[in-house]
Parts: sequence; structure tokens; C-alpha cells
Amino acid sequence: MAFWIASSPHAHNQAQTSALMRTVIYALVPGVFAQWYFFGWGNLIHIMFAVVTALLAEFFVLSLRNKSKNKTSGANKPKISSQLFDGSAILTAILLGLCLPSLAPWWVSVIGAIFAIIVVKQLYGGLGHNPFNPAMAGYVMLLISFPVQMTSWQPPLSLMAIDLNLPNTLSTILTGFTSEGYSVEQLRTNIDGFTMATPLDTLKTNIGLGLTVYETVKNQVFGSHFSLGWEWINTAFLVGGLLLIYKKTIPWQTPISFLASLLICTFVAYSINPDNSASTMFHWLSGGCMLGAFFILTDPVSGATSVKGRVIFGLLAGLLVYVIRDFGGYPDGVAFAVLLCNMAAPLIDQYTRPRTYGHQLNIANSREVK
Amino acid sequence: MTNNEALSPEQAGDEIAKQEEKAQVKAELHKEFKELAVQGLWKNNPGLVQLLGLCPLLAVTATVTNALGLGLATLLVLICSNATVSAIRQWIPKEIRIPIFVLIIAAFVTCVQLIMNAYTFGIYQSLGIFLPLIVTNCAIIGRAEAYASKNPIKQASFDGLMMGLGFTLVLVVLGAIREILGQGTLFDGANLLLGEWASVLRIEVYPLESQFLLAILPPGAFIAMGFIIALKNTIDANLKARHPKATEQIIERVRVNFDS
Repeated sequence: MAFWIASSPHAHNQAQTSALMRTVIYALVPGVFAQWYFFGWGNLIHIMFAVVTALLAEFFVLSLRNKSKNKTSGANKPKISSQLFDGSAILTAILLGLCLPSLAPWWVSVIGAIFAIIVVKQLYGGLGHNPFNPAMAGYVMLLISFPVQMTSWQPPLSLMAIDLNLPNTLSTILTGFTSEGYSVEQLRTNIDGFTMATPLDTLKTNIGLGLTVYETVKNQVFGSHFSLGWEWINTAFLVGGLLLIYKKTIPWQTPISFLASLLICTFVAYSINPDNSASTMFHWLSGGCMLGAFFILTDPVSGATSVKGRVIFGLLAGLLVYVIRDFGGYPDGVAFAVLLCNMAAPLIDQYTRPRTYGHQLNIANSREVK
Repeated sequence: MTNNEALSPEQAGDEIAKQEEKAQVKAELHKEFKELAVQGLWKNNPGLVQLLGLCPLLAVTATVTNALGLGLATLLVLICSNATVSAIRQWIPKEIRIPIFVLIIAAFVTCVQLIMNAYTFGIYQSLGIFLPLIVTNCAIIGRAEAYASKNPIKQASFDGLMMGLGFTLVLVVLGAIREILGQGTLFDGANLLLGEWASVLRIEVYPLESQFLLAILPPGAFIAMGFIIALKNTIDANLKARHPKATEQIIERVRVNFDS
């Protein structure tokens, strides 16, 4: 009597890619809602544009690929529709749409989604083969290509002198002007005639001008706590991220080590030089920090894979975000940090290979050294 | 009354054999020239297949005008250096051939640089360091080493012409793609290269609110280059699938770019 002997692992999680992606998308809802509450409809419109474009681009490449597959092995090919709606392209598009300035022109999200799906994801072999996070690579490409549009951040609705409802936002994204004829620049201007920027941007500019952090945070874009609007958006992403950890959709090591690394860096800087460095809470709750920590860095494809590797990956990302925010040319550095860490991930994996049961660690290491 | 009738039958036979031989040589020469053209323009294109001279290829192809300027300069240097190397190939000691080739190329590059400085100053300025850098273009020294140093002047110059044309074509195509994507224009600044009349050549393909910087910066050149190479490989694969036998024969033929 022959028994079927299965190899390890014996405990399987039967979830498919689409279920995983759906969970992540649901976890994004609180953050998206917070962004809608503080900044209006802009990001939802961008998400819509990006999702439609990403699906079209994905369909285009998948149909090309299926055609060439037909010749070699006709049977056993995966259906386009199942690959198209596995949620990975939609998730990429949603993440990209979330990162964009909400009043950027429509073609920004379209070009970004095309680049993210076709060049970053599919040219490297599609789902599971991309060395970089597609959403962040698309974002960085946009930031480098269209610096003006990508830095025209909209202030929170409560600070705006002009009422920005859904038709107005749509018309601004499509034509660059509201239905009353206000331009994006005018929308960004407050009652006193100053252009408002994001808290991170304001901090960077003011420190460059020789002001202290204490003087800077009196600016209205910082609100009464850390950064008006952004603090709640980041908290909402934190909630979504904790939900993902609870569901075991993402490993907890990456976000925890990332936030810890940012805590250490900013705490040291704040202790040494409080005039020129913002507090840890400000760093945690502004820009794309929480989105990056829980939704971008935890990408299972482009990140490190072992437990130790994930910790190193998160530490490196936190250090890079701090360095770029405090010393770099750009106000926020999450996207650049993620791409740099993606590049380092294969190397981290190489040196943090876990010991397999029944093998000694030093033997594996000595073999690697040779 | 022609000469042939006056000759004895043996002599006539000799003459016919000679003529046949001549015709054969001519046919072979014709075939070789054809092969050289195919190799330079498509099969062994310095830009697309050999991937030589990538530095200028990627750095200065932001506009068609720059690409054309650099392409023509390279073409000129390639023809002259191939002809010169081929002419003096018997007297070049094998051990020091590379320095000699470089000297010859550098001499021609200097000539071209001075000519462009004199007649097309605008393009000379926008090409900048990449004009003197033609000296280090591997495509040129590669042709000198692989072909010109082993073949007669005629073939060597023709090879230089075809390789240079192939390189120029790739440069212009890449420049056109990057200019259209980056600025939405074509032949912008052609007057710098071709004289004042050429400013009418400028075409506004579509109006752009802001430049697409990725296409203008070097990363865009790498990406566009990758797409062009992919396109070429697809065309080749399609051709192969359509005529499986014809390509087989071509592969069996001796390749002229390597020593046979």
C-alpha cells in the first residue's frame, strides 16, 4: 500500500493572488476615504484614470503574449481574463493614483499607469518577475519627467479659498482650469496670496531659508498637530496596514523595522539639532510614510523574502527616507527609498538565506564565500 | 572585322575563358558589395546588433538634428579611416596596429571637428564633447580592425559607407522618437546643421504643455533603444518564420565582417 507523501510546507494558505490583492485593496479604503475627506475628489479621479489605463495596457500585453504562446504550446495557457483581473494591475493603478498630486492633469496618471504596467511590470516578465515596485517606478518616472505638474500639491480643502467640488475637480484635471476659470496655481494660493505647499515641502524650503522648525510649524499647512490632513491620512493607512498584518497578508517585519529605523534616525537628529530636524511623529505622519511602510515596501515580489532580510530591508528603507527628506533635493523620499531598496533586495536575500533544517549554517556560508 | 576572328581558335578560347573569369569576378564583387550593404544596414548594424558606439548614440540623440549631425560626422570619419587603413594595410606591423588605427581615426576626427566648427557652429556647440569622442567610437576602430585591415580599398570604403549609414539611420530614428515624445517636434534646430533655409523643416507634431523629460534624458534613450532592438528582432523572427530556407542559406555563407 503506497501512501502519497507530500513535501513540506504542509500547512497551505489556499488564497489565490486575486484574493490577496483584494484584501490589500480593501485595506486601502480607510486611507482613500481620508484622502477624499481632506483633499477632495482629485485622487479618486486619478485612481479611476489609472485603473482604466492599467487594465487596457495589461490587456494589450497579455494578448500579445498569449498570441506568441499559441504557437509553441497551444493547450494549457492561462486565460487572459483571469490574469487581467487578478487584481495586481488594479492595485498598482490605485497605489499610483493615491500618490499623485490631486490636481495634476489627467495625462499624468495615464502615462504613469502605462509606464508602470508595460515597462516596469510586463517587460520584465509580468506578475512576480518585476524587480521594482511598478507603482513607485511609475511615480518616480513621472516625478522626473514632469517636475512642475508633480509638485503642484493641492492644500487641504479647509485651507482653500475656492470651493472645489466634484465637477470643478474633474474640469481642473481635464483642462487645467475650474469651471469658473481658476488655474491650478490660483487654487493653491491662500487668501493672503501665498502658494501653499505640502508640510514636508514647506519645512524643506523654510529650513533652507534659515528658519527653525519651531517657526515653520506655525504655518497653517501644519495645522494644530503635525501636518494638517496628512496626519489623518497616514493614520488611516496605518489602520489599514495593521488590518493586513492581522490578516497575515503582509509580514510584520518590514513595516515595523522601517518605522523603527525612521524613529531612530529622526530621534537622534532631533536630539542633536532640534532647530533643523522635525519630530519623529511629523516624519511618521506626513508624506507617504505609512502608505510606503505597509503597502509599498511589503510588495512580495520586489522586496526581500527571509525574515532577517525583511528586517534589513525595512531598516535600509527607513534610513534612506530620513536621508532623502533631511539632506536630499526632494521633500519626500519614500518612492526613491523603495526603488533603491528594491535594487538591494537580491543582495540582501543572498546574505540572509535562512538555515534549512538538517543543514549547518556555516557550510552554506562557506560555500557562498567560495 | 573584330579581333576575335583574326585570332586562332585556341586564343579565342583563352579570351572567352578570361572574359568568363572577369564576369565571374565581377559578379562576385557585386555579390560582396551587396552583402556588405545588407550587413551594414541591417544584419550587422553597428547600433542595433553590434551595440557599438552606444555613448554618443544615447547621449546626443535628443533631437533629430543632433543625431543627424553626429551620424554624418561618424559616417565621414568611418569612410576615410577605412579607406586609409586599407590603403596602408601592408605596412602596418601587426603588433602596433591599434595605436596606428587610433592615430588615423583621430586625424580624421580632428578634420571633421574643425570643418564643423567652421561651417556648422551651432551643431558643433550642441554636440560638445561627443564630437571629439568619435575617436573612441568602437564602431570605427572595430571596422578598421575587422574589415579594412584585411580588404582592398574599394570594399573597405564601401563597408565604411554602409556601416556609417546604418549607424546614422539608427541615430536618426532614435532621435526622431525621442524628439517627438520629448518635445513634440521634428527637425527642431535643423537650421544649425543645414543652414538658414532649413528652419522651415521644423514640424510641430503636437503641442506639448511641458516637455516629457524622460525621453530627453539618457534613460529615455536606453528605453527607446531597447524598443527599437526588440522591433528589429521581431522583424527578423517574422522573416525567418516566413522563409525558413532562405535564412538558412544566408547563415551558411561566410560572414564578411570576420576574418575567413
